[in-house]
Amino acid sequence: MVPTGSYLLLSAAFFTIGLLGVLVRRNAIVIFMSIEIMLNAANLAFIALSHQLGSLRGQVFVFFVLAVAAAEVAVGLAIMVAIFRQRGSVDVDEIHLLKG
Amino acid sequence: MLELVIFWITALIGLGSALGVIFARNTVHSALFLVLHLLAQAALYVLLEAHFIAAVQVVVYAGAIMVLFLFVIMMLSLERGEAAGDRVPGQRVWAFGLGLTFLTLLGFSLAQAPIRGQGEGLTPERIVALGGNTEALGRLLFTQYLFAFEVVSVLLLVAMVGAVVLAKRRL
Repeated sequence: MVPTGSYLLLSAAFFTIGLLGVLVRRNAIVIFMSIEIMLNAANLAFIALSHQLGSLRGQVFVFFVLAVAAAEVAVGLAIMVAIFRQRGSVDVDEIHLLKG
Repeated sequence: MLELVIFWITALIGLGSALGVIFARNTVHSALFLVLHLLAQAALYVLLEAHFIAAVQVVVYAGAIMVLFLFVIMMLSLERGEAAGDRVPGQRVWAFGLGLTFLTLLGFSLAQAPIRGQGEGLTPERIVALGGNTEALGRLLFTQYLFAFEVVSVLLLVAMVGAVVLAKRRL
């Protein structure tokens, strides 16, 4: 039996790695993938706690998170395609049209 | 014992592939590392007896979403590497410092706070009596969470229309 704490700590580590990816990388697609890692880290915490507490509600939440992540990816990648078409790159440092 | 061994192997694969995602130079390699990461997560879900979510994770995430990612990466031909050097001075150092601080804080708070709360007392045996994980989850999804389920279907439709509108060259 693996203690729930290990799962939560692992989930925290995954989330931190995703966070680092967002902070360090400049390729918008890699930043996007880091966001997926963070979403999945949250899912892992949900499922670990749902297992610990003997409830299925955590799994229902993960189901909804998956659906929202799918929608987010579809729209996000479409935005990236549109940006690439206009500027020829998806480097987030070159996208500063809204910078004051 | 076996469960512990599987947990540690899967955890190490998950951590390694997550690091691979953010450090790989080639974007396609990043995407493939992400597939490995998602599969490792699915294995952890199986360990936690969330069989349906594990299957959905493989089919939807590692399957559909990652194909979309690879499709866009190859369409945009992003082989060109990133420019070297930090745009913000000391960006990397700050990022690692803050990340480490964040992880320490999270670990510390996890160690401090005991898990409290009342579940429904659904032991694995009771879930089997309800017809297994998938059936029990489906029953919950289509009774208590029916409204949220329907709203998610509208969300997916809106996202689909939005993606078409955004990616279309001229309306």
